[in-house]
Amino acid sequence: MALGVFLIVAIVAVASALALVLRRNPIHGALFLVVNLGCVAVLYLLLGAEFLALAQVIIYAGAIMVLFVFAIMVLIPGKEETGPDPLRSQRLMAVPLGLFLLLEIALVLWGSRSGGGVGGAASLPQVGVRAGGIESVGRLLLGDYLFAFEVTSILLLAALVGVLTLAKRKSE
Amino acid sequence: MIRHVITAFVLLNAIVLIVTYLTYVERKFAARMQSRIGPYRVGRPHGWLQPIADALKLLIKEDIVPALADRPVYNLAPIVFLIPSFLIFATVPFAPGLGLADLNIGLLFFLAVSSLEIVGLFMGGWGSNNKYALLSAMRAVNQIISYEVPFVLTALIPVLLAGSLKLSLIVEAQRGLWFVAYPVIGQLAFVMFLLATIASENRVPFDILEAESELVAGFRVEYSGMKFALIQLAEYTHMFGVSCLGALLFLGGWLGPGLPGPVWFLLKALFIFLLVTWVRWSFVRIRVDQILGLSWKVLLPATLALLMATGFWVALRSGHVA
Repeated sequence: MALGVFLIVAIVAVASALALVLRRNPIHGALFLVVNLGCVAVLYLLLGAEFLALAQVIIYAGAIMVLFVFAIMVLIPGKEETGPDPLRSQRLMAVPLGLFLLLEIALVLWGSRSGGGVGGAASLPQVGVRAGGIESVGRLLLGDYLFAFEVTSILLLAALVGVLTLAKRKSE
Repeated sequence: MIRHVITAFVLLNAIVLIVTYLTYVERKFAARMQSRIGPYRVGRPHGWLQPIADALKLLIKEDIVPALADRPVYNLAPIVFLIPSFLIFATVPFAPGLGLADLNIGLLFFLAVSSLEIVGLFMGGWGSNNKYALLSAMRAVNQIISYEVPFVLTALIPVLLAGSLKLSLIVEAQRGLWFVAYPVIGQLAFVMFLLATIASENRVPFDILEAESELVAGFRVEYSGMKFALIQLAEYTHMFGVSCLGALLFLGGWLGPGLPGPVWFLLKALFIFLLVTWVRWSFVRIRVDQILGLSWKVLLPATLALLMATGFWVALRSGHVA
């Protein structure tokens, strides 16, 4: 049963990810992103990480809506992208960078399979409660990784202030 | 498995029935407030068949799709809008043991699924290929995302007091005293919860996204017949779901003397629904900047402060702070 659900969800996830990249209509692309992220949330659920799954849904539902608004305000809604690509050089860079990322993921996976590689599952700290549950996430965030957690919040604050400054200068 | 399917089927139909009659309650209530009688002709006494007649009428009406609509998005939108509204009831316990799935993280599930509603709304607004619908969808994104934060923060206050995200445990923690009756914290949190509810349900005075005097009917302006009925059903179901959440978080769910648990629970949910309706028919619409200002400048700092105060109080009570 779990394997069947996994296969269906995985196929939908991959298909929607492909559609997201291949569709020329930005709104359709964003909608496929919703499907894809939903599938990833279900995968988290299958792994027993309920908190992660629901946090993913809460955060990305909002984030994607903002993306929609930007897609409408910045791009011309309803029209396909036409004409020569202004960012041609970036497209050429994409292939080697993508390959590099793929290599990295493969290395991490291989490391975790052979036990105790870089950032593999074996090197995760063991907590008394089930990993991925709300209690273990809370313990890790506010215990072992408290410093990193707080530093992230400062980073986000800096981003917020930066956005405010940029927006203010434009409106004057 | 079979048991779950049957429970889900019964629950779905019960909710559809309740929600259909909520529209009737709202119309009668609004009529009372305006010294009218309200629906009276269909069914005796007091036009009690009116919701059924409305539903049947909408079912047999012609379905019109605008020529320039983005067809797949336009057609999918009502369904995407409807599914989360019903899914939120999956974790709602109507009485001890009476509910579909009382998850450990029930409240989080409720909040996550309920936040998906905006996707359907936006699809409707964009797929219609109509200026008014699109403007409405853009406003909806602003407003709902702004009010999501205070809404979640107020919902966390009962979680702090009860020490659990499981909805049935939150209710059990109120056995001595309902959370709304906790001095100062309870009342403030309840009022803020109501405000955030009204705003995230886009009801007057926060209904800029359907503002009939400027945007006709907002994102659903192009919808007709069955699809319109689905959108209306989804809106009222969501409203009822959030009223149930309010009853669970602040009014002690099924707890109460005399009457059986589910009756108490539905009465409390109805009470919150009527409070929201009361506000709806009493105030005028406020401007976009006032709505967003209220969320970010007033409600967000206030809920944060209240959450911290509650946390401090809980720590003090349990003796963690010397």
